[in-house]
Amino acid sequence: MSTGGYQGPTADFTPTGFGSDSPETSSRNGASASVINPPLFAADYKRHEDLKSMLDSSKDGQKREAMKLIIGMVAKGKDCADLFPAVVKNVVSKDSEIKKLVYVYLVRYAEEQQDLALLSISTFQKGLKDPNQLIRASALRVLSSIRVPIIAPIMMLAIKESVTDMSPFVRKTAAHAIPKLFSLDPELKDELVEVIEKLLKDQTTLVAGSVVMAFETVCPDRIDMIHKNYRKLCNLLVDVDEWGQVMIINMLTRYARTQFANPNQEEVAEDAPFYVESEEEEEEEESEEEESGESGDEEGEKKKKKKKPKKKKGYTMDPDHRLLLKNAKPLLQSRNAAVVMGVAQLYHHVAPRNEFGIIVKPLIRLLKGHVETQAIVLSNIATISADRCAMFEPYLKSFYIHSSDPTNIRLLKLDIIANVAGESSIHTILREFRTYISSPDKQFAAATIEAIGRVACSISEVTETCLHGLMSLLSHKSENVVAQSVVVIKKLLQLHPKQNKDLIDQVARLADSVTVPMAKASILWLVGEYCSLVPKMGPDVLRKAAKNFVNESDIVKLQTVNLAAKLVLSNPKQTRLLCDYVLSLAKYDQNYDIRDNPVSSLNGLFLQGEETALSKYAKKILLAPKPAPVLESAFKDRIHWQLGSLSHAVNSEATGYMALSDFPAEPPDPSVRNVEDDSWWGKTKEKKKNLHGDSDSEASNFYSSISGSDVSGSDNEGSEEGSGSESESGEESEEEEEEEGETSSDEEDALEKLKKRFGKKIEVSDSEESEEESEEEEEEESSEEESETETSSDEEEETPRRSAIAKPKVAAGKTAKSSALKPTAAASPRRSEEPSLLDFDGWDSVTASTPNSAPLNSYPISTATAVPGASTNLLQPLTNQMAALATSSPSSSASSAPPSTKPFTQEIISAVHTPKKTYDLLNRITGNGLAVTYHFCRRSHITSSKMVAIDVTFQNCGDSTLSGIRTGSPQLQSGMRMSSDVNIKALTAGTSQTVTVGIDFNDTLQPAKFEISVAPGKRYPVQIDPLVGELLRPMSVSEDKFMALKGIILQLYTAVQPSVHGPLVQALL
Amino acid sequence: MLDNGYPLATESNVLKELIKPPSLVRSVVHTITGESKLANVSSTLPTGQLSNVPWRRTGVKYANNEIFLDLIEELDVIIDKSGTTIVAEVQGKIQANSRLSGMPDLTLSFMNPRLLDDVSFHPCVRYKRWESERVLSFIPPDGPFRLLSYQISSQSNVALPLYVTPQFSFSGGSGKFEVKVGPKQTMGKVVEDVKLVVPMPSCVTNVNPTSTYGMPSYDPVSRTVTWNIGKLQTQKYMSMNGSVTMTSGEAPESNPTIMVEFKISQLAVSGLKVSRLDIYGEKFKPFKE
Repeated sequence: MSTGGYQGPTADFTPTGFGSDSPETSSRNGASASVINPPLFAADYKRHEDLKSMLDSSKDGQKREAMKLIIGMVAKGKDCADLFPAVVKNVVSKDSEIKKLVYVYLVRYAEEQQDLALLSISTFQKGLKDPNQLIRASALRVLSSIRVPIIAPIMMLAIKESVTDMSPFVRKTAAHAIPKLFSLDPELKDELVEVIEKLLKDQTTLVAGSVVMAFETVCPDRIDMIHKNYRKLCNLLVDVDEWGQVMIINMLTRYARTQFANPNQEEVAEDAPFYVESEEEEEEEESEEEESGESGDEEGEKKKKKKKPKKKKGYTMDPDHRLLLKNAKPLLQSRNAAVVMGVAQLYHHVAPRNEFGIIVKPLIRLLKGHVETQAIVLSNIATISADRCAMFEPYLKSFYIHSSDPTNIRLLKLDIIANVAGESSIHTILREFRTYISSPDKQFAAATIEAIGRVACSISEVTETCLHGLMSLLSHKSENVVAQSVVVIKKLLQLHPKQNKDLIDQVARLADSVTVPMAKASILWLVGEYCSLVPKMGPDVLRKAAKNFVNESDIVKLQTVNLAAKLVLSNPKQTRLLCDYVLSLAKYDQNYDIRDNPVSSLNGLFLQGEETALSKYAKKILLAPKPAPVLESAFKDRIHWQLGSLSHAVNSEATGYMALSDFPAEPPDPSVRNVEDDSWWGKTKEKKKNLHGDSDSEASNFYSSISGSDVSGSDNEGSEEGSGSESESGEESEEEEEEEGETSSDEEDALEKLKKRFGKKIEVSDSEESEEESEEEEEEESSEEESETETSSDEEEETPRRSAIAKPKVAAGKTAKSSALKPTAAASPRRSEEPSLLDFDGWDSVTASTPNSAPLNSYPISTATAVPGASTNLLQPLTNQMAALATSSPSSSASSAPPSTKPFTQEIISAVHTPKKTYDLLNRITGNGLAVTYHFCRRSHITSSKMVAIDVTFQNCGDSTLSGIRTGSPQLQSGMRMSSDVNIKALTAGTSQTVTVGIDFNDTLQPAKFEISVAPGKRYPVQIDPLVGELLRPMSVSEDKFMALKGIILQLYTAVQPSVHGPLVQALL
Repeated sequence: MLDNGYPLATESNVLKELIKPPSLVRSVVHTITGESKLANVSSTLPTGQLSNVPWRRTGVKYANNEIFLDLIEELDVIIDKSGTTIVAEVQGKIQANSRLSGMPDLTLSFMNPRLLDDVSFHPCVRYKRWESERVLSFIPPDGPFRLLSYQISSQSNVALPLYVTPQFSFSGGSGKFEVKVGPKQTMGKVVEDVKLVVPMPSCVTNVNPTSTYGMPSYDPVSRTVTWNIGKLQTQKYMSMNGSVTMTSGEAPESNPTIMVEFKISQLAVSGLKVSRLDIYGEKFKPFKE
C-alpha cells in the first residue's frame, strides 16, 4: 500500500519524461525505491504529498516554491529522498532557477537512488553543449558530483570535452571534476593524468590553480609533468586566485626540493657577512638581468663572470629557482593568511638562509588575525624559531602574552619566547616571565617555569640567576609552581651539580613540605644521584620517605626505592636497615612496577652483602654518570614536517601528506624546463618588464591573463572589450618603450642602438642594389619571414624586438609588390628608393652580410649606374658617405680591404667580448641525447675571410657514448658555402666538444641547412640561421670619430627624407 | 562558494553577483512583477570570474560618485602594574567603501608612507607601484572592502589618553577593590566607549561592584566584572569599588588584570595621513563635499 502511492509518479514519469527508457529500468527503479524506503510508517504516509503536487503542477512558480522548500529541508538534515522521482523530472525545466535547485538536490541524493539519477544524465549531457558557458560549467559540476559509478565513463567523456572548451570557466570546472571522478573510480587514473597534462598547458590564471589542485590529488608523484609548465606557473602565480596560489606554492615547493640544488649547502664554513653581501648583489644583479631582458643578458653574463671569482664556492642558484622565489615574494603582502603561510614555508624549505628574513614580518602580521590563525602561525613560528632563533629576536615583543590570549596561544608564545631569547633580551624576558608566573592560569604558570628552565639552559650567562629565581619560587604559595620549579631545578642542577652543592642541599630540605608527587620524586632522585655531594642529607631524606612510604604515590615510591639502593651503595652503614625496610615494603606493594622494580628484585643479588658477580657492578649500574637532559622546544621535532601542513599542526602524519624530499645532491638537468614554444614566455617577460616600468604599464598586470585567455564571453562583452583594448594598447606602447628603454639602459646598449640606426641608413644605399634583383629580394623576404618566425620561437628574448619590426616589414612587402607592377623605365629610380626607406628589413641583410661581402665602396658605383637622372646627383654623395659609414662604423666593421677613399680609417680589432649567447641547433630530446648548440664568434673563419666563424658545440647529454658524429649534405642557396664537414669519432657521455665551422652566407639571411648524422644511421636535419646582430666584427674607433660618425648619420637622416619624397611626388604626378 | 571542498569563489563581490542580496528596490520590483523571491539569483555568470579584474563587476553605475576611506587604527598595549608600557603595537587598516561608476583607476598617496612597516593589500592594489613609489594604485571593488592593513612597529611611546589605577586587597575569604579611571592626554579628543573588564580569579564566588559613574555588573558564570563607562568625563570623578567574596581560605596569588577598551574618533595614533586620491580612467567628476 505504502509503496503504491510512491510508485505512481515513477510510472507516470518514465514514459512521459524519458520515453526511451525501457520498462525494465522503471521496474528496477521501483524495486530499489522500495528497498530504500521500506513501508512507510503511518505518520510519514503522504508526508510530502503537497510538495509532490506542487512539483507536478504546470506553473514554474509553484515548482520553484516547492524546490525551495525541499532544499530548505535538505539543509536542515531532513530526509527528502522519497521525493526523488518527483524532483528529478524537473531537471528538464526551462527555468534556470528550478534547474539549479534540482541540481543541488541531485548532488545530495543521486548516490542513494542511482538508477533514477541515471535518468537525469541526458539532461546534463545536453547541458554540456549549451551555448552559455555558465550552464555548461554547472552541468559538468553537477554531473561530476553525482557519485554513481556507472556514469564514470560519461564523466570521463564530459571532462575530456570540457578541457578543450572555449571558456576558461568551463575548463576550470573540468579541473575540479577530475579529483571527483578519481575518487569515484581510481581505475581511470591514467586517463585523468592525460587530461591533467593537457590542462596544465592552459595559459589562463583561472585554470592554473584548479588544475594544480587536481594534479595534487590525482598524481602528485608525476613531477615530470610540471617541468614544461614550471616557468609558466611561476609567472602566472601573482594573478591566480588566492586559493589557487596556495595550491601552486605548495606544489612548487615540493617541485623545487626535487629539482634544485640546496642553496644552503655550503654556508656552514662561510664568512657570514661577506657571504650575505655577495649574495645580495647577486640577487640584485639577477633581477636586473631579468628586467632588462635581452640586452641585459650580455652585461649580466659579463658581470657574472667578474663576480664568480669573488664568490668562493661554486654554487649559483638555478635561474628557475630564483624565478620561483622572486615571483612568490609579492604574495607575502596577500591579505589571505594561507597564502602568506604558503610563501613562508616556501622560503623556509627552498630559499637560501639569508633571504629567509623577509617572511618574518608578514608572519608576525598574521598574529593579529583570528585565534585559530594565530595558533597555526605560532606553531609554525615555534618550529622555525627553534631552528633559526635570531630571525625573530627583534620582534620579541610581538610574542608577549596578552591577558586575552587563550591558554594554547599562551603556551605557543612562551615556547617561541624561550626559543628566541638571546643574551641581550634575556633580562627583559625574565622580568616578563616573572609576571607570567603569578598568572591564575596554572598550566600557563607551569609552562613559564619550564620556559625559564630552557632559557637558563641555553644561555649560560643567566643560568645562575634563573636557578636562584627558581629557588625563590620554591617558597611560592602555589603548589603547582613549586612542583614545577623543583622539576626544572632538578634538570638544571644536572648541568652543573658540583657548583651547586648548596642548592641541592636546599632542595633536599624541601622533601618534607612538597606534596606534589612529581616534585617529590624529583627531589628524591636528586638526593640519590648526588648523595656523594650531600652525604649528610641522604639518610635523613630516606628516613622520612620510608616513614611515609605506604601513603606515597607510585612515582615517589619508585624513587624511594631507587634512593635507598643508591644510598646503600655509598653509605651502607647508616642506611642498610632503612633500605631493607623500604625494599620489604616495596616487595609487597600493590603496584607490580614497584614490586618488580629491577632494584627490588636485584636486591637479593647484590645488596645482601655477599659478593656476587653483579654486586661488583652495582655501583656502576646505579650511579653511572648520566647525561644532562637537553631542554628544548617541544616544536623542535616538528621540523621534519612541511610547514603549514596539517601534519605539522597535529604533529602526526595526516592522510595525503607528502613528505618533502631532501634537495638532490646533483640537481637534475635544468633544461627539461625549457619550453619549445616560448610565445607565452615572451609575453610574460614583457609583462614583467612592464611592471618595472611606469604607471600605465602596470595596468597590464591586471589584464595579463587577457593575452592568454581566449575568452569569447557572450555574457561579458562589455568588460572584456574595455579591458582588452586597454591592455593591447598598453602592451603595444610598452613594446616601443621597452625597445628604447632597453637600449638606453646601458652604455653598451647605446652602441647597439647606434648600430641599429646606422643599419637603417645603410639600407638606403643597399636597397638600390638589391632592387635590381627585386624578384629575388621578394623571395628572400618571404623566406626571411619564415626564418624569423622560426627563430622567434627559438629565442625568447628576440621576440619583442622582432615583433616590433614585423609591421614595417609587411608594409614594405606591399609597396615592393605594388612598385614591381609598374613596368615603365621611369619607375625604376623610384622603385629603387621607395622600398628602401620603408623596407627596414633590407638593412638586416646588408649589415648581416657585411663581414663577408664584397667591399662596400662598390655600392655607390653600382647605384650610380643603376639610378638615372637627377636623383643620381643627389644620392651619390649620400650613398658615398653612407658606404663609408657602413664600413667604418664601430659596430658593422667588416670590409676586408679598407679603401683609401674612405673619410675615416678603421682598425679591426679582435673581439673584446663576444656574447656567450648560444642557439640551439639540435635539442637534446630530439637528438636522443645529443645536444648541439652554436654560437657566433664574431670573426671570420680561418679558411676564408668571407666565412663567418661559428662555434658548434656537440654535447652528449645521454648516458652512452655517441660515435661517428658528422655533419654533411648541406643544402645551401647558390653562392653560399660551408667549410669542411665536422667529424667527431666518439663523444663519451657527459662530455662536449666544440668545433668551429665557417659558413659564407653570401650576404643573405638564408639559413644554412645541413644534416648531423650519428653512427647507427641517425640523421637530424638542422639549420643555422644567420642573425643580423651576430655577423659582425669589432673594430676600435676613437670617441671623437665615433661622435663625428654619429653626427653624419643624423645629418643623413634629415638629408635623405626630401630626396626620397621628391621622386615619389614626381611619380605620382 | 566551494566545489568539492575546494574554495571556488571567496570574493564577496563575485558572490553577491551569483546570489543577489535582497534589497529594497529588488523586493519592490518583485512584488510588482509578481516574481518569486528566488528570482534574485542571476542566470549569468558573474563577469568578475572571467574578467581580469576579478574583484569588480562591470556596469556599476552611481548617480553620486563617491568613495569613503576609513582609517582605523588599533592599539595593543600591555602595561605592567607599576604603570609602565611594556608593549605598544599599532595595527591599522583602511576600510573603503567605493561607490564609483565604471572602472575607475585610483591612486592614493600618503603624507608619510614611510610610517607603514608591514602592509597587506587587497588583491586590487598594484604591488610594484607600492614598492617603487609608495602610492596605492588600484581599481577598487564595488562597495565596502578593506583596502589595506598595516602594522606600525617600534612605536616606542604611545601616549595613552586615560589612566586606570586599581587597588585590590584580599584577605581571608573576602576582599575589596577600587578602580579609578581618569583622562590623561586626550589631545582635545573625546574618549568614547570606555569599558573595563576585570576577570576575577577562580576562587571568587561573588562580587558586588558599585561606582560613581555608569553601571558596573558582575557575571558569575564568566567571573568578570564589566564596567561600561561610555564617554570619558573630564570633570567627574570616576571610580568603581566593591567587595569580593571568595571560597574560604584561598587567596588569589596576584591581582587580576584589567582590560580596558576605548575609542577615539578622528585620530590616528600613528599619525598616518592620506594626502590625496586621484581618479583616472573615468570621465565623471567625483562628488566632493
